[in-house]
Parts: sequence; structure tokens; C-alpha cells
Amino acid sequence: MLIDVHVHFLHAASPRSDWQARNESRMRAAGRIGITWQVSSILGTWGDRSPIYFPSPADVTLANEIQRQIVARYPWQVRGYVVVNPNFTEHALLELERGKSGGMIGLKLAASRRADDPLLDPLCEAAARNGFPVLQHIWQHRRRDFPGQEASDAVELCRLARRHPSVVFILAHIGGGGDWLHSLREVRRVPNVYVDLSGSGVDGGMLEQCLDAVGAGRLLWGTDLTMDTGLAKLRYLERLLGDETLDLIRYRNALSIFPPASFPEQ
Amino acid sequence: MRIDVNASLGSYPWRRVPGTSRSALRAAMDRTGIDAAWVFHLPGLAWRDPMEGNPWLVDVCSHEPRFTPVPAIHPGLPDWERELEGMHRAGVKIVRADPTWYGLAPAGAEMRLLARATACLGIPLMMAVRFEDGRQRHPLDRAEELPAAAVRTLVREDPAVRLVITHADRGFIDEVHFGSTPAEAERIWWDISWVWGPPEDHLATLLETIGPGRFLLGSGQPLRLPETPLARLDLLDLSADDRASIESANALAILGQV
Repeated sequence: MLIDVHVHFLHAASPRSDWQARNESRMRAAGRIGITWQVSSILGTWGDRSPIYFPSPADVTLANEIQRQIVARYPWQVRGYVVVNPNFTEHALLELERGKSGGMIGLKLAASRRADDPLLDPLCEAAARNGFPVLQHIWQHRRRDFPGQEASDAVELCRLARRHPSVVFILAHIGGGGDWLHSLREVRRVPNVYVDLSGSGVDGGMLEQCLDAVGAGRLLWGTDLTMDTGLAKLRYLERLLGDETLDLIRYRNALSIFPPASFPEQ
Repeated sequence: MRIDVNASLGSYPWRRVPGTSRSALRAAMDRTGIDAAWVFHLPGLAWRDPMEGNPWLVDVCSHEPRFTPVPAIHPGLPDWERELEGMHRAGVKIVRADPTWYGLAPAGAEMRLLARATACLGIPLMMAVRFEDGRQRHPLDRAEELPAAAVRTLVREDPAVRLVITHADRGFIDEVHFGSTPAEAERIWWDISWVWGPPEDHLATLLETIGPGRFLLGSGQPLRLPETPLARLDLLDLSADDRASIESANALAILGQV
């Protein structure tokens, strides 16, 4: 089994005219790589009607509905995170409940609000009630603010994680840009933060440092926007680790952090 | 046969990188089924005189039949022409320059002179667009990335100039290729170390629009995992001939080895 914890699909209401081709390419590559389950999120209209990282409530609702449709279309391949914009607390909580009843299995926090902001607390409490892990978009070592997003880094995520020790947080795409060494130093001491290996970064030594920082027991395999780099990292880990340890990263850790029965036997 | 045109030996100034020794490079090549590698001296990038790494590099490669040396030429230093000619006389088949790391204008007079000199000798010039993701670089690592305009300028310097560009992404390649005449574009080769696969399918698109004849297997190892370009190729529907072109035939042709 192989579970990809960091996946995005496009849709007709996004600015990309090639959205179907990209989705089909993802499914085709998933088949070739041998991915059993893809856990996906959709960030609003991907910038068409509201900013990618600051989606309007209407775009959030639309995106979550499309995500549920994709799960329904691929019931044996795709699962979904609920996306929210924490600046609209009531709407976000409503989307979480709607997502839970619609079969979603996690919460995706992108970059609408800093990770350590108190506005995230009621969402994390709801995640705890539902047994959802929280996938937090991360800029590895954010040295400044960037246009278009209120990005967070590992230090800010870990502050949130310490306030909610019963919730599992996923530090997104360690290879997704920024100083991953900085992130690994921080997450080492926070046991409820897992590291998602996705991202285009394939730096030599990065995977060894991930293993050193949090051990195989807190690593999750994923792809995000580059499935080729996900495959490369998987192949490298296959040479580095024994089967049992590798299985933790391939799927066992994911099975343990998502709600029970999220990934039925095929 | 597989040839990695983008590999290095020696330590990196900005972070600890495992696998920088010759034996480790050999082991990584064995692990990934790479038969041969074009190798440069990584520490020399940050030296005031990067050419001081050349004797060591050439010596190491003389004992490693799988390695092809890619010595550095700094055209802003006095007497660099003698270094270039010496390397050529020693049998070196390709050289590199990283102007932004040397503090040179990438399309300035020194680089244009170097391009012409390599053309005169009939050897290609290799340049890297970058070595690391710009978002993660050390705060003191401030060398600019190689601009696409510089590649266009240098290839126009002489009809015999041949360029091998590593670490370029799709946008960069598109801009240079379609911003050049067909005759110019035929003298530029690109490694695939920084070109995304699915679902964005940048590599598949480039192979469709530009053709496999311009692309080379390159990894950037040990700074980056050598598994990456191979995974990229494995996720494509390539004919055996096209894959062989990218994995070795194009590289062999550049060095006149076919």
C-alpha cells in the first residue's frame, strides 16, 4: 500500500484551461507509481474568483463540494481534506461539519492566517472532536512575508501543535521550498507534528536529516505538485530502509493518523 | 547506457551534503544504473580562482574511467586563455563557467570572449542556471541565477558556440529555445534535472514541442538525488530510441564520441 497525503486536483472553475489534462495526468502517474490512496484538497477556485490562499467562503464551499465529487468519482483511490479560511470562523466550522458528514478525513489549513493565531484554535478543537489530522501549508523558515499568502513556518505550526496535543499536525512539503533544516530542528521536539515528504525539492541528505529529526514513525509520503520527485524520494528510501520501516512512511503512519476506516481494504 | 551530465565532487560551501567523494559518487551511480558522469569540482564554485580546482579534478578523472571532467574557466582572471588551452591540450572535452558565482556579468565581455574561445577550440561550454532552490539558499549565498537572456546572447556570439545548460526549468528552456533561431537552438542542450514531470508534465510538453534531441540526463548529484531524472523518464511514454537519446546518445554526440 502507498498513501499520498498531499494531493491537489484542479477543476472547471479554476483559471487553468488544462485542468482535466492535469487531473488525468495525476491519476495516470499514480497508477504507474503504485499509489493506492491519494488524500487531496482544493484551494478554492485556485485564484480565479478569490486568492488561492485567501479563498472566499463561497469558493471554499465550492471547492469542498468538488472535492467530495472527486472522492465519489474515485471511491477506491481518493480521499479528501476539508479546506477552510479561518478568517471566517463560523463558515469554517460549518464546512468542517459538512465535510465530516460527507466523508472527508482531514483538515487542510493553507495560508489564510498564521498557524499560531488564536483564530485557528476552534478549528483545531473541531479537528480533535472529529479525529482529523491537520495538514498545514508551510514555508520552511519564513524570513519575511510573501505576497499572496500569510504563510507559516515550523516554529509557528509547533506553537499551535503544543496548544492542541491531541491533534496530529502534518507539516506540509518539507521539500516544497525554504530551509528544511530549520523546520527539522523545530519539529524534532514536538511529537504531534508529522513531516510530509512532498515537494519538488530532492536535496541530497534531506531524507537522512528527516529520519534523524523525527524518525520513520513521523514521516509521511506525498507528492504535491511534482509526482516525479515523490517517486524519486520513494526509490531512495527503498535503498535506505528495510521493508518494515519503509512501510511506516509508505502507509502505516498515514493509517494511524487519519480516522479509522478511512482507507478500506481494496 | 546512461550518462549523467550534471554531477560534482567535493563539498558544498552552504550546507553539509553527503556523498561528495569519488567513491560515494560511484556508489550512487551504481545504485541508479548510471554508467558515466560529467563531473565538476563543486568547492571551486566559491573559490576566488575556481580554476585552482582543475588539476585535482582532471587527476581524479584520469583514475576514474567513468568520469568525464568538466573544468572551470574564469574569464575574468588574467591568463585564463592559457588555462583553457592547457585543458584542451590535456584532452578535456567540455568546460564550464558560472559567471554569477564569479561576480561576472553573465553576458558581459568576459563571458562573450570565453564563448568565442570555446567555439574556436570546438568544445562546448556548460553553465548552470542555479544549484539550489532559491527559497532555501543560505542568507549569504547571493549569486544571481543565470538569466535566459545571457544564454541567448552567448549562443549568438559565434556560429560555432555550443552550450550545455543545467538546472533550467521549463519556462527558461521555452524562452531560450523559441527566442533563438533554429540554427542557434540546435547548438544548445538542456539537462532535465529541474524540469517537472506529472501532473504538470513540463518535460513531456518540452519533448513534444522541442523534441528529444536537445535534452540530456542530468541530476545535479550529490546536491540532488540522482533518482529524480530517471523517475521523470520512467513516468513518460517514451520510445526506446528517444529515451536512449536523452540518456546517452545526445551526450555522446556533443563530445564527438559517436
